[in-house]
Amino acid sequence: MVVQTNETETDRRAEPTPAARPSNGARVLCRALQREGVRVIFGYPGGAVIPLYDVLPEFDIHHVLVRHEQGAAHAADGYARATGRPGVCLATSGPGATNLVTGIATAMLDSIPLVAITGQVPQAVIGTDAFQEIDITGITLPITKHNFVVRRVADIGPTIQQAFHLATTGRPGPVLVDVPKDVLLAEGELAPPEPVQLLGYRPTIVPHRRQIRRAAEVLRAAQRPLILAGHGILISGATEELVRFAERTQIPVGLTLLGIGGFPGSHPLCLGMVGMHGFAHANRAIHEADVIVGIGMRFDDRVTGRVSEFAPRAQIIHIDIDPAEIGKNVETAVPVVGDAREALLALLDELEPLRHDDWLAQIASWRKRPASGPVAPTGELAPQYVVERLHALTEGRAIVTTDVGQHQMWAAQFYTCDIPHQWITSGGLGTMGFGVPAAMGVALGRPDAEVWAVVGDGGVQMTMFEFGTIVQERAPVHIAIINNGYLGMVRQWQELFHNRNYSETPISSPDYMLIAQAYGIPGRRVTRPEEVDDAIRWARSIDGPTLLEFVVNQEENVYPMIPSGGSIRDMIEEEA
Amino acid sequence: MEGVRRHTLVVLVEDRPGVMNRVMSLFRQRGFNVDSIAVGHSEQPGLSRMTLVVQGDDRTVEQVTKQLYKLLEVIKVTDVTGENLIQRELALVKVAANERTRGDIMRLVSEVYRARIVDAAPDTLVIEVTGPSEKIDSLITLIRPYGIKEVARTGCVAIERGSGSVAVRVEDAVA
Repeated sequence: MVVQTNETETDRRAEPTPAARPSNGARVLCRALQREGVRVIFGYPGGAVIPLYDVLPEFDIHHVLVRHEQGAAHAADGYARATGRPGVCLATSGPGATNLVTGIATAMLDSIPLVAITGQVPQAVIGTDAFQEIDITGITLPITKHNFVVRRVADIGPTIQQAFHLATTGRPGPVLVDVPKDVLLAEGELAPPEPVQLLGYRPTIVPHRRQIRRAAEVLRAAQRPLILAGHGILISGATEELVRFAERTQIPVGLTLLGIGGFPGSHPLCLGMVGMHGFAHANRAIHEADVIVGIGMRFDDRVTGRVSEFAPRAQIIHIDIDPAEIGKNVETAVPVVGDAREALLALLDELEPLRHDDWLAQIASWRKRPASGPVAPTGELAPQYVVERLHALTEGRAIVTTDVGQHQMWAAQFYTCDIPHQWITSGGLGTMGFGVPAAMGVALGRPDAEVWAVVGDGGVQMTMFEFGTIVQERAPVHIAIINNGYLGMVRQWQELFHNRNYSETPISSPDYMLIAQAYGIPGRRVTRPEEVDDAIRWARSIDGPTLLEFVVNQEENVYPMIPSGGSIRDMIEEEA
Repeated sequence: MEGVRRHTLVVLVEDRPGVMNRVMSLFRQRGFNVDSIAVGHSEQPGLSRMTLVVQGDDRTVEQVTKQLYKLLEVIKVTDVTGENLIQRELALVKVAANERTRGDIMRLVSEVYRARIVDAAPDTLVIEVTGPSEKIDSLITLIRPYGIKEVARTGCVAIERGSGSVAVRVEDAVA
């Protein structure tokens, strides 16, 4: 997004020149952020951070005024996922800080480089339950990679440097920096950068050669090998290496939900998503595989189902940068600690071309995509069809964000992704309300891209106040609400496992067309299959935000499904 | 549970505010059981030494260790469980004592446990005892019939016999 540069405004800002005004903690903080390459901050002002907002206009940093701090954290998260650069959010002390919590936790569970800056009450009153005082470092202890309280101006520079270093290296994650107001106001200068030295933090990047050789030996002997590729592929930028590796060794690739985009979805060796709502052929491949190579993924319960029945025939090679993930959930035959790209490069060095024709043929014989068509059994619009058409009309090139639930799974199944970082979803925490603010962050970070927020009628109502931010920023986000009148995924579980006891899952919606109109967003409601293409084309023709509401079949289910804690034997392939 | 036993972990951490909080938060969050924890300065300025006694099978303890290493302030974690370990804990025990029982208690604790009486009042005694945790457990069991008023225990600290060492030099750690 281009920051508006208005001649007269620039002049007004230039007087008195920033250099002439005494430097304080707030300016030091802004300079430190600039030094880290920060161009966009998502934030919300408040008492404790007024000194920061006072000086922010002096700097070439674009501030996006969100409508709720949760939106700031999700937007910074979306920005980070789409650009690969750390996202930055800013909130005041107390409720501003606590409103970030869900967003920070979302980033933690999905290993997103996020730097959250919070204001804090002056140090003189810390511990007195002062107005808008909260122990945000205590609160965020388990949901940050690390957090800091800055106690002196001189510490701001080194702390910001460390925060960005921690957020972006090793296994990335959110880092929170809490800055008391008196530190922002105190006079001081930014010291020159120094190399970051953290005694207890030295992530292993290059894997141990011996482990790579062991992995190569196991792979050479494998008859039915399978790669499970996760988010680590995208984080380390290893797509090209993974493609080369898979092609050379002729090993098929299954993707975790967050691994989508890390390996081209339309590649012949790609099996698509695995796990609870993964494709049946992909889950069968796991069940039959004799060797599984997990790369940059963590054998999450949504992937494994019942661990004791997961991949019963397979030896597991587990490549991850976080040693604590190895052996945590599944028994590992060959642990490899290191960066996914480095590990793949090392494996490419070790391994000669391999062939697994029979195995690939066997998997191909199982291959069947979940059913989709324009019309649901009831004659209404099918949600899967909406996603399929969106994929077709955007030529599979849009960046897609989602909320959490049925629409998320349909999007994962039917919006085949061939491009890294085009699939942006809350996986680990499963945060409803993520899609819209994340899309906003994507639009700010990737002004070149076409951005679609595919959201449900439940999730969108959690954060739709961010429509205001989208409009204020003129962020070209297309919002597609898949409206089935239910909290659909919970309803599906109620239908299948709780005797259709639809307790508190029917949910009403406002008139989204009026909402769109109120915000000045062009909107259209779609109720019939034949209107879908036209509506998507219309939205794409508009330069700016749009809203499409797709009123879909209310009781459509996501299939295939392996019930929670189940195994492939429990898989439900389609409507009974 | 199978394979569950008591492990003694020596954890060297940077001596900074909030470190204990981070370590304990980790244990609480991940549901690891801690029997005792003792913290004090180490031989290195700036490094504290924590001795954690945890219950778990080898896999759990491995996971504890790896998770501890993810904390920035944690420099080194060593599982020192084994034969070659000197373990000591200190306890102060306040026990009811009257003219009739005082002599028995004093004899028992001094002869069997080599413990000391550090305070005597008309109706109580305070016993100071040092040794492996099991010894302290045993003393407490034995004098419980007399009426224990209070027990204060430090938690276990441990060090390996011989020249082996879990120490790190801060300069080495940085290099």
